[in-house]
Amino acid sequence: MVRILAQGEGGIVVELGDAIDDAVNARVHALAAAVRAHLDGAVEVVPSYRSLLVLHDPVTHPRAGLVRRVRTLAEGLGETLVSVPGRVVRLPVCYGGAHGPDLDEVAALTGLSPGAVVALHAAPVYRVHLLGFTPGFPYLGGLDPALTVPRLEVPRSRIPAGSVAIGGGQTGVYPIESPGGWRLVGRTPLRLFDPLRPRPFLLAAGDGLRFVPISPEAFEEQARRVEAGDATVGLEP
Amino acid sequence: MITLLKAGLLATVQDLGRPGFRDSGMPVAGAMDRQAMAAANLLVGNDPGAATVELTLLGGTWRFEEEVLAAVAGADMSATLDGAPVGPWSSFVARAGSQLAFKSARSGVRAYLAVRGGIDVPVVLGSRSTYARAGVGGFQGRVLATGDRLPVGAALGSAPAPLVLAPREIPPSGGGATLRVLLGPQDDRFTAEGIATFLSGGYRVTPQNDRMGYRLEGPPIAMRGPADIITDPLVPGAIQVPGGGQPIVMAADAQTTGGYIKIAAVIGPDLRLLGQARSPDLIRFTRITQAEAVRAVKGERDGLARLARRIASGAGGGERPWSP
Repeated sequence: MVRILAQGEGGIVVELGDAIDDAVNARVHALAAAVRAHLDGAVEVVPSYRSLLVLHDPVTHPRAGLVRRVRTLAEGLGETLVSVPGRVVRLPVCYGGAHGPDLDEVAALTGLSPGAVVALHAAPVYRVHLLGFTPGFPYLGGLDPALTVPRLEVPRSRIPAGSVAIGGGQTGVYPIESPGGWRLVGRTPLRLFDPLRPRPFLLAAGDGLRFVPISPEAFEEQARRVEAGDATVGLEP
Repeated sequence: MITLLKAGLLATVQDLGRPGFRDSGMPVAGAMDRQAMAAANLLVGNDPGAATVELTLLGGTWRFEEEVLAAVAGADMSATLDGAPVGPWSSFVARAGSQLAFKSARSGVRAYLAVRGGIDVPVVLGSRSTYARAGVGGFQGRVLATGDRLPVGAALGSAPAPLVLAPREIPPSGGGATLRVLLGPQDDRFTAEGIATFLSGGYRVTPQNDRMGYRLEGPPIAMRGPADIITDPLVPGAIQVPGGGQPIVMAADAQTTGGYIKIAAVIGPDLRLLGQARSPDLIRFTRITQAEAVRAVKGERDGLARLARRIASGAGGGERPWSP
């Protein structure tokens, strides 16, 4: 299914499905790569769960011609795309305690022990379906349905940067201090977003992501190294 | 350096924004009225996209620490330089120690203060624009406060002569507006009556308006089914309609994705009218075609080019640089 819509005079929306689904999302990222590589006139491409936004200058690169070429690229993707992420980022996470104040409540809501929640949360290779909400915030696919919990009735006004959270059937990481209504189960000492780094964003849409449990002592040690500008933290195997 | 002696309501450093990182969730930000910002820059001989200070409703008081050619454009905040009025769209030589005082905007919302050489804050991800929600860009990533001192960049080329633009050379701002829209991408999620309501009813700007978006209030827009969609890309100008049927027009700091159905998008050249609207101004929407939108974009660019020529020549403006 390829559906092409307009968002403003310089936005072409390409819908490749109507579901939150690894296979649909893999096609979105494949189309994003194809557009970046082959579509002269695409100023910026923005992937989301099941659609891609292609931004263009409507004066120098008129819409009609671009729509034809985007459609050709979308229809040429083929059906055999394998949804394997090109890169898997390992993110150290200190679960529970002060870093994950809602872990016990998530355990109570799911009928699991806190240890079992951590084991289930740290097991999968998640897919970064898209980045949105705040700079670098990953919407992840792959949460174990057993970990589905309702969002907080009253969202927190300040969530510390690096907090790992579950809300509804979704899980994600807050890159900067922000408000939010998901339940906090842990925290990473790594910075998902640092505008002054050569690579400001730790994650890219389409990446794989794995949570690696660490101790509070390891969190403190890694947080100190991150603060000191050590870019290798968390990259060791 | 220029010093903010007494902060007004809200001031941030803005240029044309930070495109290129939307796929990482980074909003574009940038000036809410890009034509006024560009005009202020052209008046001091800058590139039209140089960094300026965006002043909101109440501009505060500024002191120039060095002699510099400066300009104001946008909403008329009755600016005075050491007590003498300067025109709402004008450039002037500010001596070291002179003070530029703004009052509240008579109409419109946002004015732009440009200095020759631009506001020289660090470039972050390709832009000097402030995105305060994430502490990115601008002056220390934040809204300006009393006592802040902003560096002035080095100027290139020759300076234009100080100039006051005539009222007929200034685009109208404030007091309500008709915004041109292109329907979509989810216009099929609304009933025919809903779309007719959207295009015929006027909508008041509510107090819930800021650089992120404008919540409007008016006749509810009828939809087919729920207002939620799978989270989708969002651009400044996109008009989201949550379940209550009241539209939200996204603005410069719009988040990059959103989960409500979007009935239409305001065309780029008309976003400045949104940026100059305040509560309870009346906003109307009129539907145009893609070809008309492209003509409007060309018209905006041609208008800026004419303004640049008119400022460079220093001659009186015989033609209106801003086509409707």
